Amino acid sequence: MPTSVLWAVDLFGRVYTLSTAGQYWELCRDTQLEFKRVSAATQCCWGIACDNQVYLYMCASDVSIRCREEAYENQRWNPMGGFCEKLLPSDRWAWSDVSGLQHRPLDGVALPSPHWEWESDWYVDENFGGEPTEKGGWTYAIDFPATYTRDKKWNSCVRRRKWIRYRRYKSRDAWAKIPSKDDVKDLPDPFNDLSVGGWEITEEPVGRLSVWAVSLQGKVWYREDVSHPNPEGSSWSLVDTPGEAVQISCGPHDLLWVTLWEGQALVREGINRNNPKGSSWSVVEPPGSENGIMHVSAGVSVVWAVTKDRKVWFRRGVNSHNPGGTSWIEMVGEMTMVNVGLNDQVWGIGAEERAVYFRQGVTPSELSGKTWKAIVAGRESDRSHTGSSSSLLSAGCFFGDEVKGNSESAPSDTDTTSEAERSGPEHSAPQEPLDSSRDHKDNSALGPETEGTAECILENTCPDVEGKEAAQASVTSEHPNLASAPAELPWTNIDLKEPRKVPSHSAAGFAETVGLSSLGLFPLGLDEPFGADDHPLWAWVSGGGCAVEAGSALKWFTVQSGLSPSVQTLSLSISPAQTAAWRKQIFQQLTERTKRELENFRHYEQAVEQSVWVKTGTLQWWCDWKPHKWVDVRVALEQFTGHDGARDSILFVYYIVHEEKKYFHVFLNEVTVLVPVLNEAKHSFALYTAERTRQRWPVRLAAATEQDMNDWLALLSLSCCESRKIHGRPSPQAIWSVTCKGDIFVSEPSSDLEAQDHLLPCDQMFWRQMGGHLRMVEANSRGVVWGIGYDHTAWVYTGGYGGGCFQGLASSTSNIYTQSDVKSICIYENQRWNPVTGYTSRGLPTDRYMWSDATGLQECTKASTKPPSLQWTWVSDWYVDFSVPGGTDQEGWQYASDFPASYHGYKTMKDFVRRRCWARKCKLVTNGPWLEVAPIALGDVSIIPESPESTDGDGRSHNIALWAVSDKGDVLCRLGVSELNPVGSSWLHIGTDQPFASVSIGACYQVWAVARDGSAFYRGSVSPSQPAGDCWYHIPSPPKQRLVQVSVGQTSVYALDENGNLWYRAGVTPSYPQGSSWEHVSNNVRKVSVGPLDQVWVIANKVQGTHGLSRGTVCRRTGVQPREPKGQGWDYGIGGGWDHISIRANATRASRNVSQEQKVPGPVSC
Amino acid sequence: MTDDKDVLRDVWFGRIPTCFTLYQDEITEREAEPYYLLLPRVSYLTLVTDKVKKHFQKVMRQEDISEMWFEYEGTPLKWHYPIGLLFDLLASSSALPWNIIVHFKSFPEKDLLHCPSKDAIEAHFMSCIKEADALKHKSQVINEMQKKDHKQLWMGLQNDRFDQFWAINRKLMEYPAEENGFRYIPFRIYQTTTERPFIQKLFRPVAVDGQLQTLGDLLREVCPSAVAPEDGEKKNQVMIHGIEPMLETPLQWLSEHLSYPDNFLHISVIPQPTD
Repeated sequence: MPTSVLWAVDLFGRVYTLSTAGQYWELCRDTQLEFKRVSAATQCCWGIACDNQVYLYMCASDVSIRCREEAYENQRWNPMGGFCEKLLPSDRWAWSDVSGLQHRPLDGVALPSPHWEWESDWYVDENFGGEPTEKGGWTYAIDFPATYTRDKKWNSCVRRRKWIRYRRYKSRDAWAKIPSKDDVKDLPDPFNDLSVGGWEITEEPVGRLSVWAVSLQGKVWYREDVSHPNPEGSSWSLVDTPGEAVQISCGPHDLLWVTLWEGQALVREGINRNNPKGSSWSVVEPPGSENGIMHVSAGVSVVWAVTKDRKVWFRRGVNSHNPGGTSWIEMVGEMTMVNVGLNDQVWGIGAEERAVYFRQGVTPSELSGKTWKAIVAGRESDRSHTGSSSSLLSAGCFFGDEVKGNSESAPSDTDTTSEAERSGPEHSAPQEPLDSSRDHKDNSALGPETEGTAECILENTCPDVEGKEAAQASVTSEHPNLASAPAELPWTNIDLKEPRKVPSHSAAGFAETVGLSSLGLFPLGLDEPFGADDHPLWAWVSGGGCAVEAGSALKWFTVQSGLSPSVQTLSLSISPAQTAAWRKQIFQQLTERTKRELENFRHYEQAVEQSVWVKTGTLQWWCDWKPHKWVDVRVALEQFTGHDGARDSILFVYYIVHEEKKYFHVFLNEVTVLVPVLNEAKHSFALYTAERTRQRWPVRLAAATEQDMNDWLALLSLSCCESRKIHGRPSPQAIWSVTCKGDIFVSEPSSDLEAQDHLLPCDQMFWRQMGGHLRMVEANSRGVVWGIGYDHTAWVYTGGYGGGCFQGLASSTSNIYTQSDVKSICIYENQRWNPVTGYTSRGLPTDRYMWSDATGLQECTKASTKPPSLQWTWVSDWYVDFSVPGGTDQEGWQYASDFPASYHGYKTMKDFVRRRCWARKCKLVTNGPWLEVAPIALGDVSIIPESPESTDGDGRSHNIALWAVSDKGDVLCRLGVSELNPVGSSWLHIGTDQPFASVSIGACYQVWAVARDGSAFYRGSVSPSQPAGDCWYHIPSPPKQRLVQVSVGQTSVYALDENGNLWYRAGVTPSYPQGSSWEHVSNNVRKVSVGPLDQVWVIANKVQGTHGLSRGTVCRRTGVQPREPKGQGWDYGIGGGWDHISIRANATRASRNVSQEQKVPGPVSC
Repeated sequence: MTDDKDVLRDVWFGRIPTCFTLYQDEITEREAEPYYLLLPRVSYLTLVTDKVKKHFQKVMRQEDISEMWFEYEGTPLKWHYPIGLLFDLLASSSALPWNIIVHFKSFPEKDLLHCPSKDAIEAHFMSCIKEADALKHKSQVINEMQKKDHKQLWMGLQNDRFDQFWAINRKLMEYPAEENGFRYIPFRIYQTTTERPFIQKLFRPVAVDGQLQTLGDLLREVCPSAVAPEDGEKKNQVMIHGIEPMLETPLQWLSEHLSYPDNFLHISVIPQPTD
């Protein structure tokens, strides 16, 4: 589970974060400001500080926020001077934007705010539609505006070129004031509340956020254009409301709720992808007429509220179609506020003791959860505030400001008052009855006086002071009201202080009576009352960036001490327990004991003779001949031990066909791979031998339950490994692969796998499964292995083995962690146009299903479509996917003249059919030897291939080059990766002019990459001392082909295009590493992996076998030699259903004479 | 890096080279040759000595044979103690092989239990496992198992099948994620110097303050004589499976990895050899 943080503000305005993996509140790094509100998203947090200004805290990331500024230089040809800046009077500006309408001189382009900086100076864009331009980036046309071409023709009268400059957002990990350059007249009055959300409404632009705010005058404002590349947004715009708003809450999706001063709630309707601001309001009445709503918080499909009597309410029946829900349900507990975060998890702040509570048991099926549980995490920074008078003083200022801004009375003694107040109750604690009467009196005095500014006080950090009845509520609520609160709160001075303190702050203006009396007692040692065991008092909490999975274990609820052996350390550095002296000693002594007691006595007879052990059971077996169905079979696994201690096993399968008893058997030492084949109905697995791999005809067996299947799979796998004497973690040279189901397999390369002659056929390779779920995996020969999940999460291999269905003996004790993955299932809604009713779901009889899969051949309705297997569970509802290739219209439709055809995102006269894609996310939770590399999601990764000889000697300590492409297309270089620290330390962002798709680094630091537009790039001057290189060289793609993947070995460079063609880069030499041309090698290729010996392995698209076609087969290029790097043919291995392979770790050379032969200089010697 | 799983294998496959010699006063028809055998440390004497019995019966008259029992340097060997424990406790400082005297007469009724059949061993073994699980999980794990799982544990031990045994036993070694270990650690501490057969008390793997308890913590509490004072000379060896784990070793880890198949940690406290 990725770690994320919960944001909270304490009563003194200090902002803290609490990590889902941590146990301590950490003080926000930027401590200069005090805040009254924070509202968090995953990547940032918005807040309102005590100066009533809005601030934005962008969390630091290794990838910078870059924004491209463009300007066009336009020129016209004239007979005298050729092309020059002198344009016709009717022409555009000499320097303009892309349309030519706007004047845009380079020095006139300014940074939007002080939080930006220029990355470099202006430069000319030489890339024109994926092709490099000739000279200086000029493109030519007959006239403006027109179509521009790369080539200058006789009639090219005008030309233009694009200038590019990047600006970078620099205020990361700091509170950046949102500039208010709006017109003073429209400028909102000071803000009172703020909420961010809406990131699930649409994925375009990337990182779009809805930022809503409420001003002190009760107006609602929306921040325009907030997105990842423009984190600050552009301006505030007013959204009319039918009443005075006091508080606002925006859910992650399309829910927006507002509380009104009168106690009702407003619900925004019509929020959708095209209109994130929504269209109209509807009113929701509070649960009871006497107690209005004080606070609301919206999630994806829940709304929680707090009424003025501090009761907590859950709104039933809330969803996108009915954002107002149906009815209120009262919940246990009294809170001052509640906040709904990610996954509809809920946090609240207890009305009385001001603790942060977490709602336990919130699951998609039980959104209201079960109980409130107090978060007792300590503050790491307890010391820092206890002795810091400055922060106390400024906290006083904060509350002083509140009063000043609204009542125009600026009592100069507010500082002392609030300070005195804070210590006051501590010392007057024993006078408990007196205290409560005082509170009561204070608050009743407050009532009439502050009528006019009540909204401000209501929105003060202490919404307790709500007038008389509220005060009474707080006073009379001495008995604990919270179901999960400790039943017996020890009524000591510390605990007493807390409920007292709350009202005293809000009543800061006139608390002199107590303030003065306690002033005399003002302690010199201020540390005492705020000792380490003092509970923090919280004012605000925001879980909008906090991803807590339902049912995950958090360490927030216990004060932890000591070292637990099973604590998941999130760093890959070996944990102390692993290196502890006691463990080493046990290993060492056991070895010595075995030596002492066994070494000289091996000739002794064993007391217990090894016997045959048989495990039997019943399974189902897919009968491949008539009747072609699953038949019940009895199976028996016989294990026997030879005299050398080696184990071997035979699997017998007894079946009855046509009332005839038959059986067949499989020697497990001949089994090459066991592949789980899970679908929605069956727990089955496929068993391959070399022969069955060649025939594409596995033995398929199914078990009745998942547990049963896992037991058999684990046992058979263990038996296979034992018969081949494979145990423990894979070697650093291992070959890794991934199936289309996300299962991970690893194979130990034998020394003759890459031999020149007598090479091991790759259908004889033995594959064993590793726990976990990945889309791709990449390895290098020093044991560094990285993987990427379907949800683009990056994972690093921990050195363990097993996990997943391999528990117990088949799994390592340590280094196995929980792993989750999310993928989308897509179905299509198809419609045909008819002249009467337009597009309807009534198709022609010959048409495809109106709800179908992508091919149209299979009927898939929303109701009938299930997650891929029982391991997966739905985690979202069906939604329209707008990001399909080809584009869509505003409702997600794609049009075509007929099925099946190529679709486009707009309607023309000729389009008689349309379709749209509905997607639904599902999630799998498993475990395996993988740890997440947070926080950047990746699209591709490549680790430098190294031959073993290059790592000899002092080479072992040098860093391992690792390059990646983020899911957004940023190119990244990982720093600090080594054998001991395979996770590395940080990302170095490498600027590109466009999003990239694939990257690969060769053994000699040749970095090649492919952009999303299909063009290739070579990165110059990459070396250990200059890990990021210097600049990109644009390499033209093969004619009319868009490249999708590149792989670089020792010297060979291979690329793959979108039509499955494999290309070899010819003419690569040390002095000209870019090479000269692409040479076609093969078609029918889906993935390519080039290794440190320049061996070429691919996943072939379709391979014909005895029993049908299989898609996704591991293949090795045969005949690859230094003088013939393109090889001659293909050798087919395991498949189908394979999706990815990495042979980049296998630098095992065959034998001496072969390796000598390989030293003959190839096209490149480095 | 060595995996903790390897410890389980090393423990399971621990063997003691043993020389069985017939007691001199036994009446034989011809001279009885000594019999050499590798005894599994984790098993029980009467479970693995069928061959020994056959060997010596060949040279004896049928009427001279009654229940076989073993003795080492005058001490009758309790069959219901694991072999490794007997060796550590009585013979760890002597030279290998371990010389065991085989008797067929004068069964020492006051020292030994009778072992009429393998069923007696099975009953004893299963009762130990059940007692251990009562301490670890309030018997919840063992009670949820099926009869065939119980059988598999026993057959695993009897046939010396590590995989077969651990496929089930791992469930007995699990504990809830929110806990830091078992409820109580099943352990027995044996000393040759006292009359008392062994020490067994309730002891939790995690202290009240959340700290993991170590082997040292256990000994200091239940058997203080076993540990040397801070500055004092080491007088005793604390031995499990023929090794001396450091006193800093967490008890929970020991229980998971160095327990005998009966799920108990059998700890021998023996005087430090003088050499």
